[in-house]
Amino acid sequence: MARRAIKELPKALADVETVVVDADLLIIGGGNAGCFSAVEAKTLDPNCKVVIMEKAEIKRSGACSAGMDAINTYIPEGKTPEDLVRWSRSQVGGGPIREDLCLSNAEELNEAVDDLERWGLPILRDENGKIKYRGQWDISVHGEQLKPIMAEKALENSDEVHNRVTATNLLMEDGRCVGALGFGVRDGKFYVFRAKATIVATGGACGLYKSYTADSTSSHHQTWMCPYNVGTGYAMGIRQGAEMTSMEQRWVATRSKDFCGPIDTISVGYKSAVINAKGERVLQKHYAHLGGDKSPRYIRANAPMEEWLAGRGPTYCDTRHLTADKVKELKIDYLNERPSFVLFLAARGQDITKDPIEIYGSDPYIIGGHTQSGFWVDMGRMTTVPGLFAAGETAGGNPNKFVGGCAAEGKLATRGALKYIAENRVELPEIDQTQLKTEIERVFAPLLRGGDYDGVSSVEMEERLQRLMDEYAGGTSQFYRTNEERLDYALRHIKMLRDQVCHLKAGDLHELMLCHDVIDRIDVAEVLCHHLKGRKETRWQGWQTRSDYPDTDPAYDCFVETRKNMETGEIECFTRPYEQIVPGDRKAPSLPDKN
Amino acid sequence: MPPRIDPKKCNGCEGREESHCEEACPGNLMYVGEDGKSHCRSLRDCWDCMSCTKACPRNAIETRVPYQLGYHLARLTPLMGKNSITWKCVDIHGNEETFKYRNRMDK
Ligand SMILES: Cc1cc2nc3c(=O)[nH]c(=O)nc-3n(C[C@H](O)[C@H](O)[C@H](O)COP(=O)(O)OP(=O)(O)OC[C@H]3O[C@@H](n4cnc5c(N)ncnc54)[C@H](O)[C@@H]3O)c2cc1C
Repeated sequence: MARRAIKELPKALADVETVVVDADLLIIGGGNAGCFSAVEAKTLDPNCKVVIMEKAEIKRSGACSAGMDAINTYIPEGKTPEDLVRWSRSQVGGGPIREDLCLSNAEELNEAVDDLERWGLPILRDENGKIKYRGQWDISVHGEQLKPIMAEKALENSDEVHNRVTATNLLMEDGRCVGALGFGVRDGKFYVFRAKATIVATGGACGLYKSYTADSTSSHHQTWMCPYNVGTGYAMGIRQGAEMTSMEQRWVATRSKDFCGPIDTISVGYKSAVINAKGERVLQKHYAHLGGDKSPRYIRANAPMEEWLAGRGPTYCDTRHLTADKVKELKIDYLNERPSFVLFLAARGQDITKDPIEIYGSDPYIIGGHTQSGFWVDMGRMTTVPGLFAAGETAGGNPNKFVGGCAAEGKLATRGALKYIAENRVELPEIDQTQLKTEIERVFAPLLRGGDYDGVSSVEMEERLQRLMDEYAGGTSQFYRTNEERLDYALRHIKMLRDQVCHLKAGDLHELMLCHDVIDRIDVAEVLCHHLKGRKETRWQGWQTRSDYPDTDPAYDCFVETRKNMETGEIECFTRPYEQIVPGDRKAPSLPDKN
Repeated sequence: MPPRIDPKKCNGCEGREESHCEEACPGNLMYVGEDGKSHCRSLRDCWDCMSCTKACPRNAIETRVPYQLGYHLARLTPLMGKNSITWKCVDIHGNEETFKYRNRMDK
């Protein structure tokens, strides 16, 4: 459903039209996981009424908008799902991870990737038709059309797709989730989705922290992660008291400097070592005891920044060994995933066989498909809020999912949701008018104040939050370090920001969306600070560095959790034990190679 | 300064409920103005994903790297085929490169 923007904005709440949509299964976010959820629902039950609510337009939304050059997890012949779990565990320094969740995704993900190939995604194969691996688990694709391909299948397998409708809160009844509320970014209507079960698949949270290129440039969104995924899914759950896990395990990645382009493609796929200003191979020289070039991900992400801090920057990925053919191949990979990086190289006039690619650390993201921040879920992917399921980046406990794992989890969440509907004989709720009234007032308030109101714009508030998080909660400018006092400072100011939400103003519907983006980011940032405070040790340097607790403490070999106390409104922090299910040395990536 | 729209080529996808770029942008940044042409409402908020540039049927949109990050005047233009894409890239020294590959399998 395409929608052209309305010209007349509502001047009072009475001008806002309310639309009610009923569904058996509501999917919030038609991205990678959301599309697979829809297909699975219709496959299992063609009579299930599937509705997708999408902030953008599903053909080019979310993480996959620009395309992909690889599927990072596909299990090769001779390896098992347990091997993938072992590898995944080693990438977070031996855990703790939710091995039960990891294993079930691993058992499912090859099939999801095969679906993509059947639907039209070109997967690169050698002369004998064998899939080409570029690392231990990742395969190369020509994925420029990845998102349109998934979206076409989701469109075929859903009853209604509501594009340009952004979710703002969950619809609740007696403590369970019975749908969601939101507004039309183009039509200015208030949407009420009633559903027997709801899957939240809104991706991760970008823009909690300042990106270092943001100051006085026209590149505020020079981020690696999709900046339009702002963490709304997490925020909606947090506000209803959902338990969140491992939010302190932030994803920070090595990216090309000044232009936040992916680097795994070059370092893994094209075997280009990380070097410092002196030309030394950083990982081999300083991190040999942790595996050198094969060190866990957080070590590889943090190492270039440690070089800068030690006065040995700039740092590079050494591409000077590449032949002309390889450079062409490499550029095609980028064109499939982050095409503007090829433009950036052209704008620098850079020949990468002479000048290696400069690298730096990204701003931190909350992204449960890479690291493991997100909702605490059961095996059916139900959160601790009954009726609310999570898939993809929103679901926690299970890192290294990427495209295949997020797709697989979309299917698993649908199975969980359909089982929940059947077992509980869930019916659609009566509409609670008080809840609707409270939300419609909250949602439209910045717009009704108007753009000329002497208040605060979403951009101002967003920049204030991003600065605060950068400097006090371990952003790039602080080389990811933080401590108890800084986190307390951040939390004090987050409270002040929240008190100032009543001054937010919007001149149009786009600005109204940005106001809700920043409100959601504030809620996620608050929980994140509590998690960072809760882990009084340093377990994953860079991702989580406490300057006041620089060492790993065995007492924290567990999950750090939070939940909002619905009576006091305070965030409470506690821990859950880790359980090893897959045997083996926790730090070793997999079983030794047979030959 | 990410998307740069050539007003001579752009017709706002006349007759369509939404212009192609307006439909494609994951950040809701493109809109058709009173002048019947597409515009980007906030250049700073562009993610450089190039979805608008690929979607434009009249090749009226060019993606630019912000000057603070890269120099004038590099170009990267996509040409969308049925099952393939062709990219042309020119760097600031005038060196030209072309890349063509399949982005969809025949079904
Ligand atoms: C630049 C980049 C490169 C990557 N490269 C690779 C790679 O090569 N290989 C690999 O395997 N993985 C890669 N990944 C990771 C992979 O793309 C993601 O892990 C995965 O696609 C995330 O899926 P998701 O469904 O959780 O989120 P998304 O696909 O981002 O979907 C989230 C959806 O929710 C929508 N949404 C957000 N907020 C709202 C709201 N309030 N209301 C309604 N809808 C909303 C969004 O518009 C979007 O459509 C990459 C990611 C990025 C960002």
